[in-house]
Amino acid sequence: MFMNNKKEKASAYWKENIRYLILLLTIWFLVSFGAGILFREALNEFRLGGFKLGFWFAQQGSIYVFVILIFIYVKLMNKLDKKYGYDE
Amino acid sequence: MSVQVWTWILVGVTFTLYFGIAIWARAGSTKEFYVAGGGVSPLANGMATAADWMSAASFISMAGIISFAGYDGSVYLMGWTGGYVLLALLLAPYLRKFGKFTVPDFIGDRYYSNTARTVAIVCALIVSFTYVAGQMRGVGIVFSQFLQVDITLGVIIGMAVVLVFAFLGGMKGITYTQVAQYCVLIFAFMVPAFFISMQMTGNPIPQFGMGGKVEGGTFLLDKLDTLHTQLGFNEYTSGTKSTWDVFAITLALMAGTAGLPHVIVRFFTVPKVKDARKSAGYALLLIAILYTTAPAIAVFSRTNLIETVSNKEYKTIPEWFRNWENTGLIAWSDKNKDGKIQYVAGSALSGKKPVFTEKRGVNGERLISNANNAANELYVDRDIMVLANPEIANLPNWVIALVAAGGLAAALSTAAGLLLVISTSISHDLIKKQLKPDISEKGELLAARIAILVAIIIAGVFGIYPPGFVAAVVALAFGLAAASFFPAIVLGIFDKRMNKEGAIAGMVVGISLMLFYMIKYKTGLIGVMDPRPMSEWWFGTSPEGFGTFAMLVNVIISIIVSRVTPAPPKNVQEIVESIRIPSGAGEATSH
Repeated sequence: MFMNNKKEKASAYWKENIRYLILLLTIWFLVSFGAGILFREALNEFRLGGFKLGFWFAQQGSIYVFVILIFIYVKLMNKLDKKYGYDE
Repeated sequence: MSVQVWTWILVGVTFTLYFGIAIWARAGSTKEFYVAGGGVSPLANGMATAADWMSAASFISMAGIISFAGYDGSVYLMGWTGGYVLLALLLAPYLRKFGKFTVPDFIGDRYYSNTARTVAIVCALIVSFTYVAGQMRGVGIVFSQFLQVDITLGVIIGMAVVLVFAFLGGMKGITYTQVAQYCVLIFAFMVPAFFISMQMTGNPIPQFGMGGKVEGGTFLLDKLDTLHTQLGFNEYTSGTKSTWDVFAITLALMAGTAGLPHVIVRFFTVPKVKDARKSAGYALLLIAILYTTAPAIAVFSRTNLIETVSNKEYKTIPEWFRNWENTGLIAWSDKNKDGKIQYVAGSALSGKKPVFTEKRGVNGERLISNANNAANELYVDRDIMVLANPEIANLPNWVIALVAAGGLAAALSTAAGLLLVISTSISHDLIKKQLKPDISEKGELLAARIAILVAIIIAGVFGIYPPGFVAAVVALAFGLAAASFFPAIVLGIFDKRMNKEGAIAGMVVGISLMLFYMIKYKTGLIGVMDPRPMSEWWFGTSPEGFGTFAMLVNVIISIIVSRVTPAPPKNVQEIVESIRIPSGAGEATSH
């Protein structure tokens, strides 16, 4: 019984972890491959100060978002570890 | 004081600092030698990772490449930073929990097979050696440029310096010197950027200055686009590569970054899984400072260059132009005999580099023998954009000297990190794990130090006599890592059913396919065939972007093969379950 609980806990933790990964990697994909590459022409119609928006995402914006994404991941995972008692 | 004196002072002070740290952080055990004892704080590890990561290429060449490539240069910016998101989310925490010293360790244990371990060792050596040769060359170039010694002596000095801190300190010595090197290199990169941004746009922050207005009220980027169009270049913000190729190159660089052994191994040095995640965040933050500044420098220096030289008389050109002409990195040929520099789209030369005759022309320029008939009269080497920037902008001498110290810090820190991976592959993965498992700790440490010595000598020889293929292959090291390690590690963590048959088949096919494409379309086979033209590329994919394709093939083959062969044994499935849970990581061990 104890073994089972431990296993269930581990697999529940893993599922939540995967959910976070899918969410964060979707954003990762959208800002770089999406805004910076695939939809860049369309976004270039808009401007951010002196930047065309697509160009800004490719050379500046995507990098800022990458940094923020990792710190959000750190925060989410620390909370998740606590919830399941895996923090130390 | 002259630039020369300043350079000697700054290089002297920073090198004394590195030596001091190396002696203070000597390694006494294999654990200290391989993973710095596993007790490095996340911030210190982040700084060391950033210095390890940012090579002479990032420091010296990247802004220059972007400056000439415009939008196309984005592949490097996104590719070399976005990889850290993959590293932080998909690899670092799990590999830290696994708790061994090296990437081949993980592959060997997870796929319960010495064949898999050997394949991983071979991949690690191929990737690391191609990479380190370029670094030693970079060290030589910086020394020769700023200290007025020849490249060979420059490379030898660089070898001696790396030897001291890598040999004595192993990972521990390297980590703490890299912390110092990060500080030096980022300071050296940012100071000229602040000055130039202030001069050109009135805003000292280069990231904002890039989108700011120049004198006269037009936006800097619009002005540059206009200049480009007038001179017949493509618009700076548009680029020339196909969307698919940009996509493929970016993805290959990202996956390659996350799969590079010298980057991954850094995450074994922190105490806990939690620290590995945070450390990846710090590393990317510290890298992003340089990577968001580089495109700004690219725009500033591109605009400056065009404005300073285009249609100007050679006789009135500023001093720096002639200085770099004397080093052979700038060449001008007055094809229409008007005494003015015409800088327009197209190559000015037949062949890649200018061939100088010993004579001077009527304007005092160095004559070249391989000028072609195109309208463009000017050749500019991309590498000078960062190095010449402070001179072009008339900055004080100490700033120019600072760039030299920064370039050296960048090249040395990366070379040291790579050499450690090479020596670990040999002393730990090969000797300890395969050939002589009963070797004593002292013996293993000695083997590691001998391996580092040999690796430095080989890398130095590559640096002094660079074979033509090295430069071409460095960029492709990422494709190789993406096609081999990245899928094997990610599948090893996220797919419990993945077995040795699948992983080995995937890695072998992935890296072979990548090597084949590289040889066929990029390097050629010496004496047998020349590289094939780009019109024959598969789906219009450049060799740099082919890593993406090879990686997909690797994944598909791994999954198919693993599903038709037996599942991995129970104890291996338990390893996978245990690395998915962060607690109880313990210390990195060899057992």
